[in-house]
Amino acid sequence: MEQFLQQIASGLANGAIYACVALALVMIYVSTDHINFAQGEMAMFSAYISWQLMDWGMSFWVAFILTVLISFAMGVLIERLILRPLHNAPVLSIIVVFIGLLAIFNSMAGAFWSYLIKEFPSPFPKADFGIAGVIGPHQLGVVLVTLIVLGLLFVFFRYTPLGLAMRAAAQNPQMARLVGVRVDWMLALGWGLAASVGAVAGIMVAHIVYLEPNMMGGILLYAFASALVGGISNPAGAVAGGFIVGILENMVAYAGNQIEKATGIYIIGNGEKLTVALIIVIFVLTVKPAGLFGRVVVKRV
Amino acid sequence: MAASSKKWVLGVIVLAVLVPLLQPVFPDVVSNYRLFLISTMIIAAIAVLGLNLLTGFNGQFSLGHGAFYAVGAYTAAILMDKLNVPYWATIPAAAIVCFIVGYLFGLPALKLEGHYLALATFALALAVPQILKYKWLEGLTGGVQGIVLMKPEVPFGLPLSEDQWLYYFCLLVMIVLFWGAANMLNSRSGRAMMAIRDQYMAADTMGIDTALYKTVTFGISAAYTGIAGALSACAIAFVAPDSFGIFLSIKFLIGLVVGGIGSLFGSVLGGIFYVLVDNSAQSLTQFIRNDLGLPFDLSAYTVFGVLLIAIIYLMPMGIAGGLYMAYRKLRGARA
Repeated sequence: MEQFLQQIASGLANGAIYACVALALVMIYVSTDHINFAQGEMAMFSAYISWQLMDWGMSFWVAFILTVLISFAMGVLIERLILRPLHNAPVLSIIVVFIGLLAIFNSMAGAFWSYLIKEFPSPFPKADFGIAGVIGPHQLGVVLVTLIVLGLLFVFFRYTPLGLAMRAAAQNPQMARLVGVRVDWMLALGWGLAASVGAVAGIMVAHIVYLEPNMMGGILLYAFASALVGGISNPAGAVAGGFIVGILENMVAYAGNQIEKATGIYIIGNGEKLTVALIIVIFVLTVKPAGLFGRVVVKRV
Repeated sequence: MAASSKKWVLGVIVLAVLVPLLQPVFPDVVSNYRLFLISTMIIAAIAVLGLNLLTGFNGQFSLGHGAFYAVGAYTAAILMDKLNVPYWATIPAAAIVCFIVGYLFGLPALKLEGHYLALATFALALAVPQILKYKWLEGLTGGVQGIVLMKPEVPFGLPLSEDQWLYYFCLLVMIVLFWGAANMLNSRSGRAMMAIRDQYMAADTMGIDTALYKTVTFGISAAYTGIAGALSACAIAFVAPDSFGIFLSIKFLIGLVVGGIGSLFGSVLGGIFYVLVDNSAQSLTQFIRNDLGLPFDLSAYTVFGVLLIAIIYLMPMGIAGGLYMAYRKLRGARA
């Protein structure tokens, strides 16, 4: 039983990370209809930036906040400089640009900081809590930080004029433009926010998976699965999807483990995590493309 | 195909056949290593052609063609390793296996468009190395270690070196495959493929069985890339899961975009291009470190990434498209 609870707890912690990356993906998807294949590598690059800042002697949280700001600027710049001119380009061009960004971020991280695995510190105390043995301090911290970030985003989008303008720009660009919202800049801000949320995920996960240029590959795949499960057009759904997929991932591995213990037959385990994500992605895409909470898109022919 | 371009193609083939014969004359220029490198380019060109058939001529995206390359390579390796099948017989076997796998993947792909298909294939590319390491397949695939093979031997006592023979073998496969692709594209089926790309709805209304064409194209495309994978298994004489990750698929995409989307000639250029960059990255790094004194390890992927974006901005039709435009300008024809 304790093992089962442990699996749920670590699923929640992973889920928090997936939720962040999925939310970043959805924020860009909702406003521009693009799926950002470079989201994971951007988050990885942000994690490296914060590592570098700490290496220069900053404390964790100072580096954290600086990194989030730098990532915001990075996101805005990418949107303004690279994607804006391709406003009306065909889908393939956009995908190719994203793959190009992925390759650039990945190889630049390797070039600046080498491909050697780096330890990444955790800001949370080592001491055990009351629920010791079930959830570790870092896992609990990750969930808390994620919830705070999500709460801040919710407040921003729900209760501030700028948040309202951004939602308007995403939902109905023409109308928004008519009432004086600068839609172009809203998209760029959306990109910046997405990059910041991704940065939080990158920094939080770097302690768990260790810092290296390819660390986000699997996480990005799970974030895709989360966004799809929750409905790629629904930010709240993406967050829920993140937690669902995070728990599901650990449950599948746990069940596989139990089956192997009981029958001695290996079916599925930790080595198949990406395959599970692939199956989720293809299953949701073909069977229920709107996901659990997404809007069903009806196309007029 | 116009008569003049037929002459060109014949000329290039004759040149390609003559290259190894120059080896005794210029041993330094045409080294065994260079011949091997050209063989790798040929293999790359076939793989890019496979992706081009799908994306360039049928309008379906794939960021996961590395998966089919892997299936081809592993089919060839397992047949050679476990069943002692001769290397040349593994090529058609890999084609058949990959056709089936590609066709099956094409079925769910029917429901996906644009970004979503890219997403599904991207997920496939990320998962491939793990699938190859799956415990139940370990007996066949050799798990993390992979499979070590023998290099193809020179048949009939021909007076050729191993690398020379490999070169001719790859060249032969490539000529057959490009000839097949050119003929297919020039036929009713090829026009149907392109009609689906250009105007899906109209093609459907005209009575083209769009679902059949799309899935079969997926199969053929996978078969082409799979053949390239099988050839690479023969050439490198080694397969291992981690060489089939997401970056392999990205290389094919590079070849496709840089060479020219929807151009047979572009596939060749694309294949040559990505192998060249991949191979010169090392010397580029040395140049940056030693001559410029910068502490970077510039990898080929920085070049790839920058080029991908630059090409989209400057030459959306790739090198082949750019050359064609330049040619027409020189001829003074109206564009």
